[in-house]
Amino acid sequence: MQTFFDEMNDQGKVRPPYARLQEWLAAMPAELRNLKQAEAEALFRRVGITFAVYGEGGDPDRLIPFDMFPRVFSAQEWMRLERGIRQRAKALNAFLADVYDRGEIIRAGRIPARLVYLNEAYEPAMAAIRPPRRVFSHIVGVDLVRTGPDAFHVLEDNCRTPSGVSYMLENREIMMRMFPDLFRENRIEPVDGYAEALRRTLASVAPEKCDRDPTIVILTPGHFNSAYYEHSFLADLMGVELVEGQDLFVEGDRVWMRTTEGPQRVDVIYRRIDDPYLDPLCFRPDSMLGVPGLMDVYRSGGVTICSAPGAGVADDKAVYTYVPEMIRFYLGEEPILPNVPTWQCAKPEDMKHVLAHLPELVVKEVHGSGGYGMLVGPKSTREQIEAFRARLIERPDNYIAQPTLALSTVPSFVEEGVAPRHVDLRPYCLVGERIELVPGGLTRVALRDGSLVVNSSQGGGVKDTWVLAE
Amino acid sequence: MLSRTAANLFWLARYMERAETAARFLEVGGRIALLPNAGEGFRNEWEALLRAAGTSDAFARKYGEPVQRNIESHLFFDNDNPSSVATCIRCARENGRIVRTALTTQVWEALNTAHAELQEIERQPRSQTGLTRLTEWTMRTAALIRGTVDATLLRNDGYDFLHLGYHLERADNTARLLDVKYFVLLPKVEFVGSGLDNYQWVTLLRALSAHRAYHWAYGGEVTAAKIAHFLILNPQCPRALISSVQGLNAHLDRLSRGYGRSSPAQSAARALLGEMAEMSVEQVFEEGLHEYLSRFIVEIATLGACIHDAYLSGDMR
Repeated sequence: MQTFFDEMNDQGKVRPPYARLQEWLAAMPAELRNLKQAEAEALFRRVGITFAVYGEGGDPDRLIPFDMFPRVFSAQEWMRLERGIRQRAKALNAFLADVYDRGEIIRAGRIPARLVYLNEAYEPAMAAIRPPRRVFSHIVGVDLVRTGPDAFHVLEDNCRTPSGVSYMLENREIMMRMFPDLFRENRIEPVDGYAEALRRTLASVAPEKCDRDPTIVILTPGHFNSAYYEHSFLADLMGVELVEGQDLFVEGDRVWMRTTEGPQRVDVIYRRIDDPYLDPLCFRPDSMLGVPGLMDVYRSGGVTICSAPGAGVADDKAVYTYVPEMIRFYLGEEPILPNVPTWQCAKPEDMKHVLAHLPELVVKEVHGSGGYGMLVGPKSTREQIEAFRARLIERPDNYIAQPTLALSTVPSFVEEGVAPRHVDLRPYCLVGERIELVPGGLTRVALRDGSLVVNSSQGGGVKDTWVLAE
Repeated sequence: MLSRTAANLFWLARYMERAETAARFLEVGGRIALLPNAGEGFRNEWEALLRAAGTSDAFARKYGEPVQRNIESHLFFDNDNPSSVATCIRCARENGRIVRTALTTQVWEALNTAHAELQEIERQPRSQTGLTRLTEWTMRTAALIRGTVDATLLRNDGYDFLHLGYHLERADNTARLLDVKYFVLLPKVEFVGSGLDNYQWVTLLRALSAHRAYHWAYGGEVTAAKIAHFLILNPQCPRALISSVQGLNAHLDRLSRGYGRSSPAQSAARALLGEMAEMSVEQVFEEGLHEYLSRFIVEIATLGACIHDAYLSGDMR
């Protein structure tokens, strides 16, 4: 039986950041807990934070389960995480600026050219484009897991448009409404500066031609998108328009939005649609979500697109293995947060190891997301493993493999009472004129007993994440 | 404001008003049918109602016989009927969801609650959802949403687009409800001026929640001319056609002032109001009530098109 590090109860003792919570938990009768859980759910439903899962049918207004037991970091723990995340965000942006320019890291032989230039996420249309401040990925979501008191690993990077930040903000709002005493007793760093910081970041990358206070918009695929709530939530908090492709058009060398007072110029687009849909003239011609001519304006410095098209090449799961190398190459530093050891099935010797150890490993698609198309060896039946083996042999370069990590647990409210459940963490790092990070992030929790998959599409929930003030 | 946002607000209000009208249609029908010997019995009234609501063909295709239960299904529950209460409330909420950020929490919660309650009603056995309960619920829900709009919404251009939607739809719908009278009476000219005739007029007043108000405004006696005057030309009556047209004018004027430029929609609305202000109820009857109402419905549709071109299409330069 594998043992897991529990963030509250370590070898029979309550770890200091959780001391107050322990008392809180002990003083809470079960009836009150059920009452509060129902109250939380009603609050979520009333404000309309719901999450639709593609292709699953059922209730399109499903809630992501919210677990009221918070996850806590001490100031010291957070300081180290913050340094590591900033370092990573900086290196990833340096890498993007490099591979769309001279490609020094490839010339130096530190990363294979094939992996970058033949990557599906590499965008040739971006070659030689230098976005303002040479920032490509303005919001970097770094997914972290913990395996021990001081052992954090980066599971993956998200350089395109990481989602979930609205949950970070709403979880906190709801916790503060329901348990104000907890916030009086514990000194918890606030997270509500996020929207202001995001706005500041986006404004700081206004295009060259912008000669005034920039007009910022959020570009959404529309209200059928599963993250639409988040798009409108962020637009509201920042006080900017939430636009769809049909609301924008290109005229002259600028982008405009259709308003009730006629066309209004747009300077910075925080897009929440994928690269192929941005501009039907440049990418997928059948896209109805994008803006024809957008890329021409972008190239000529008339508008900034956040994140830049092609930023995804840095968060690819195969490129991921080389991030420590990027940190050394661009920053001359050693990585503060290590990667998870990863076998690349494209490499014959790695593949051999993977095939021999499938029942112990987690195998993921290189371009997959959301917990789909992956194999969790120890949790799979022999048949599932053999079926996956066949797919793996067919396309080795489509997969990477990692050891099954002993993910840390945090006490969670479950039907039987309180029990440890596995968690991960996604902080959101903003990159513009400065690099900013609000103290907190989204903690996802695998609510099914024994499950290691925290994705909301696979029965995962969320928790409020606290960083204690010093 | 984004043109699309303005359009969503405009339609949100139109759908809510339309839902309320569907409920009012149901109420008129329910009451008229209580009268034992109207023409050819209950069939006649219900049929007239469907024709005025503009859905008699679609109804006949789906249900055949116009019996009360089917009409309740059609006007309240039917997802295939674009004007049923259920469809309208769904569409209103969907429009609201898209422009969530242009609404206050109170307005959104009222919309969301309406939607949740609707789902609840749909799950209940039909024996528990009597006509009165359905119509009362719809009107209370519509009033609640309108109330949150009035009490909490910022008085900006979005507020104007919502009210343009409310007034435009109400003008159209009141005209259609008035027209029910025409369809009901059409087959038997001798009914005009009879006790039955008056009963039907009173029912119409009730459906427009204007029964008591009428008596306050005109004193006891109920005549066709007075009622027509009340519902078409009396600006004291909140559902009178002229009140809706005044509302349209007020909000178009506010928009023009706010944006610092006039629009063809504003001119069209002014012309319509000008004509109505000069009009007498005798002139309405001279033209023929049905003819006048038909013309009015077309003019309102034209004004709707003008509003779309000026503000909702985003094409105005």
